Parts: sequence; structure tokens; C-alpha cells
Amino acid sequence: MLIPANALIDAPDSALGKFSQAAVAVLLFVAVVSLILFIASRFSGHRGDRATAFAFLGPTVLLVSVGLIYPGLRTIFVSFFDAAGKKFIGLDNYHLIFTNSDELTVLRNTVLWVVVTPLVATAVGLVYAVLIDNTRFESFAKALIFLPMAISFVGASIIWKFVYEFRPHQGSIQQIGLLNQIVVWAGGEPQQWLLNEPWNTLFLLFVLIWIQAGFAMTILSASIKAIPEDIIEAATLDGASRLKMFRYVTVPSIRPSIVVVLTTISIAALKVFDIVATMTGGRFNTSVVAKEFYSQTFSADNQGLGAALAVLLFVLVIPIVVYNIRQLRASEAR
Amino acid sequence: MTTTTPPTVSAPPPPGVVSTSARTVRKRLSNPFASIAAIVIAILWTAPTFGLAITSLRPQNDIRKTGWWTFFSDPTATLDNYRTVLSSEGSAGLGSFFINSFVIVIPSVIIPICLAALAAYAFAWIEFPGRNILFVAVFALQIVPIQVTLLPLLKLYVSAGVAGSFWTVWLSHTTFALPLAIFLLHNFMREIPRELLEAARVDGAGHVTIFFRVLLPLLTPALAAFGIFQFLWVWNDLLVALTFVGSTDTVAPLTVALFNLSGTRGTAWYLLSAGAFVSIVIPLVVFLSLQRYFVRGLLAGGLKG
Repeated sequence: MLIPANALIDAPDSALGKFSQAAVAVLLFVAVVSLILFIASRFSGHRGDRATAFAFLGPTVLLVSVGLIYPGLRTIFVSFFDAAGKKFIGLDNYHLIFTNSDELTVLRNTVLWVVVTPLVATAVGLVYAVLIDNTRFESFAKALIFLPMAISFVGASIIWKFVYEFRPHQGSIQQIGLLNQIVVWAGGEPQQWLLNEPWNTLFLLFVLIWIQAGFAMTILSASIKAIPEDIIEAATLDGASRLKMFRYVTVPSIRPSIVVVLTTISIAALKVFDIVATMTGGRFNTSVVAKEFYSQTFSADNQGLGAALAVLLFVLVIPIVVYNIRQLRASEAR
Repeated sequence: MTTTTPPTVSAPPPPGVVSTSARTVRKRLSNPFASIAAIVIAILWTAPTFGLAITSLRPQNDIRKTGWWTFFSDPTATLDNYRTVLSSEGSAGLGSFFINSFVIVIPSVIIPICLAALAAYAFAWIEFPGRNILFVAVFALQIVPIQVTLLPLLKLYVSAGVAGSFWTVWLSHTTFALPLAIFLLHNFMREIPRELLEAARVDGAGHVTIFFRVLLPLLTPALAAFGIFQFLWVWNDLLVALTFVGSTDTVAPLTVALFNLSGTRGTAWYLLSAGAFVSIVIPLVVFLSLQRYFVRGLLAGGLKG
């Protein structure tokens, strides 16, 4: 019995073996679910309702309890312990986060990410959506901005790291990064964009702006098209200029969508890990809470501090999500 | 992932659908400043990707010496970078990681969708005690950042003896997807007229029959929409893979391989550019070919929450 169990768990070396393992996983899953469904269908009436509900929800409740609730509670618990997770130290980990200078830099960077990214991404998305609204090449223009959404954060980081690439400015050495080449063309000195703080964080977070502007544009463009026509006509008849129209008609009409977009992007910015990890690895004072959590937990082996950072992330997300949901409710109720 | 997703907001209209107000206000882009602003944004948003694409096609030596824009005055193209990157041999080969990404993504999309469909059905159409409390609980779990779960989950996998295997990523992605998937599919299920289900009940159909015969066909757009979402999320994920299978080359996906490559050979742009493009191609194809479906599905569910 031992050998087949191992074959099911250990990753095979060949592609065929790997795909067969995936197929086995799916089939196993289908078999379990079918069995549950079969048993549930044997019951009838009120008891049948309960049995079916139990069968339909069983796997979900089990997975969510073991995979989300237990680990979440466990992490909160561990955040009150020392690096090895052995000794109870109360709130010391949290105290450290708010006093240690390295951790304060991490917090400052996170604030930059959470404030700047949503504002700029939403502004770009909104302006672009208004500019291309009802033009001949609207869907093509939208696709250009929208495509980064399908690219992984790692891929996007590599794309932008290449833009920021630096070569020393001497002799016949040519720049290969676009940004530095533009600087050189303009007569300036090439810069190490990712090295000098605190500006390097701005260059990092621009990658997320680049990804999220498409999301903002899509959502806002849809709401712009949903503005009732009579409002636009009335404003046009009153002789409103384009700027006035934007300021007094478009923006107020889509305000709920703008708020939802802003909050959604700020949550993404709060949890950002991939971009920082890929572009600088958190060095040069660019780390953020989610990256610092990873470093403390898995590289520095400081379980307690890592857990405290994860809990901090959790605590910071809650008010934004609650606000987001309320705005959503409000916009639906209208 | 939960909140970086657009589905609950009013969704974009399908491409090609021109709103009725189009003609009345079509005088817009006549303003030259507006045109210039739009073009500048469009260039800023496409040039970086375009530059890397050109780079991936240039010989290794050219990449090191000159910028990609010189390609237009001195075009020499090669597929060598892709050949190096796609082979499974050598330290730079990403071929096996490409396969790993597929092996990870398939069960990680199918399993949560099926489980979520069953759960959403139970929440929407079966009366049982504690239904509302349980639904609110699952809904609320959407806000849990996955960071909070990683270390305890890793320890669970170690004690279960599955650490470093595909099972860890399959199970993790399934679990993390469930709250949002249930929430979305539940919204879709509520849209289906009660009469339809009651008629089936009168005909003597049980829940299992109703689920498969009546609901599943109606839900296809919703399932497809969430499927694409989950596909993109899992394919592009770094954090989950890095945590659970980051050090196992036979399991790690493309994102982890690229991440490592960027860390250890950060200046080897001939590898990074081609590697990045290999990882971008699949989600891009999925996204573009199924965009219509995706958008239509979201529209139906997003209009009413």
C-alpha cells in the first residue's frame, strides 16, 4: 500500500507523470463528490433537504475550516510569541513594528503604496476612459490599457525592470533601459532608479499603477456609459464645456464606482508582494508589509514577528473592505 | 485575491456594443489636446511590453550593447533566446516549469468551481437551519489575506506528509478561491426564477437532479467567467507557489522560475525577456479569446448583487 501512496504524493519527473497525477487528483475529487451526492440523493423530504445541504456544503466547510480559519487563528496566536514561537511575549512584536526604524520604513513604504497607487491608477483610468469614450478606435484603445491585467506581477516586474535598467554614463557605453535613454536624450545623467530611496518605491509602485489602470478604466468606462442620456443632453443644452461637463456631470454621476475602484486598488496595493520581491527583493529600503512578512517568516525565521505583520495586514484590510462593501451596497440601492 | 477582482462592480460592456448615446455626443476626440493625452497614455502603457518583446528576439550580444530601439535601424532577429528558454536542459531552461504551471492550474480551477457550485446551490435553494449565519461566515472569509494562513498551512502539509508536492498548491488554491467563488455563484443562482425549480420539484426531481439538469446548464456563463478568473489568478500567482513548492524544481511553476532567474541572473536579459514572454503568452491568449464570455458572465451577475 505504501508504494502507490507515494506515487500519488511525490511529484513525478516526466510531463506525462505530472499530468496523470493531476488527472488522478481530479478523478479522485469527482469520485468523492459523486459518492456524497449519491448518498444525499437517497434521502427525501425534510430530512433529505438537510442531508443534501450537509453533503453540498461538507467539503467546502471542511476545506475552509482547515485551510483558512484554523491557520488564521493560529497566526493571531503565534503573533504574541517570540521568534521561535515558544515564549509568550505579549505585544512586543507589535511594539517592534511601530518603533524599529527598519519596520517604520516598511510602514512608510506601505503607506506610499496604498495612497499613491489607487489615486494615480484611478485618475489615469478615468481620464483615459473619458478621452476615448465614443471614439472610432475605442475598443482597440481599451485593449492596449487593459492587457497588462492579464500579465503576472512577476512578468510585469521584469518588463519594468528592463525599462529602469542602468548603465554607467561613460565612454561608449550605451543605455539599454528606455527611461535612462530618454534621460540621456534629454541631456541628463542616467540614474539608478531602483536604488535611491524614497523615490525607488515610487518607481516600484508605478508597476502596479500600470497593471491596475486597465481595471479602473474598464469599470469607470462602463459607468460613464450608464449615465442617463437626458442629464448629458441637459448639460450640453446649457452650454457646458467639456471640462465643466467632466467636473459637474461625469464625476458626480459615477462617484460610487470611483470609490469602489479606489478601495479595490488600495487593497491590492496593501497586499503587494510579487513586485517588490521580483524587482528589488525588498532591498534598498523598498520593503512593504507583505514582503516583510515573507522575509521574517521564511528567511529570518522570526515566526512571531512574521505572524504579527500578517495580522497587521489583516487588520488594515478590514476597514477598507467594509467601506468598499458599504459603497457597493449604496451604489446598488440607487 | 478576493478584492482585486472586478466582478461585483458593474461590469464592462461587451466589446462592439455601441451605447445608444454614441451618436449624440460623438464630437469628442476632435480636441487635439485630448487626442495627444490619450496617445501619450497609450504609448506609455504599451512601449515597455513592446520593448521587451523586441529584446526577446535580438541576439544576446546586441541586447547587452545597445537599446532595443536600435533594432529598427539595425534589425537582426533570432529565436535562439526562446530555444534556450524552452529547452528543459541547463539552468536556464524553463520548459519543465511551463509544464508545471499547467499541471498546477488545471485541478486548481476545476475543483474549486465544482465545490463552489454545490455550496452556492445549498445556500441559495435549500432550507436548513443556520443557513444565513453560515453564508455570512463564508462571505466574511473573503477578507482574510492569504499571508495569514501560509505558515500554519505549510506546517499542516508537512505533518500530513504532502509537503513539496502538487497537492499543496492544488489544495491551497482551492481553499483560497472558495469564499469568492461561492459568493459570485450564489448571486447568479438567486437570479434563476423560483418557479423553474419548483416545477422541477413537482415533477419529483430531487436536489441532485435539479442541480445537474436544471441549474448547471443555466450557470455555464457564470462558471466560465469564474473559471477564467481563477485561471489567471493561479497561473500568475507567485506567493502561494513560492511558499509551498518554491524549492522543489519538479513542482514549481513558471512564475517561481522567473522570479529566481530575476534574482540570480538579473542582467541576463536574453533569458529574462524570452522567459517573461513565454509566461505571458498563455494568460494573454486565454484572456483575449474568452474576454467576451468573461465580460458577459460578469455583466449578468454584477448588475444585481
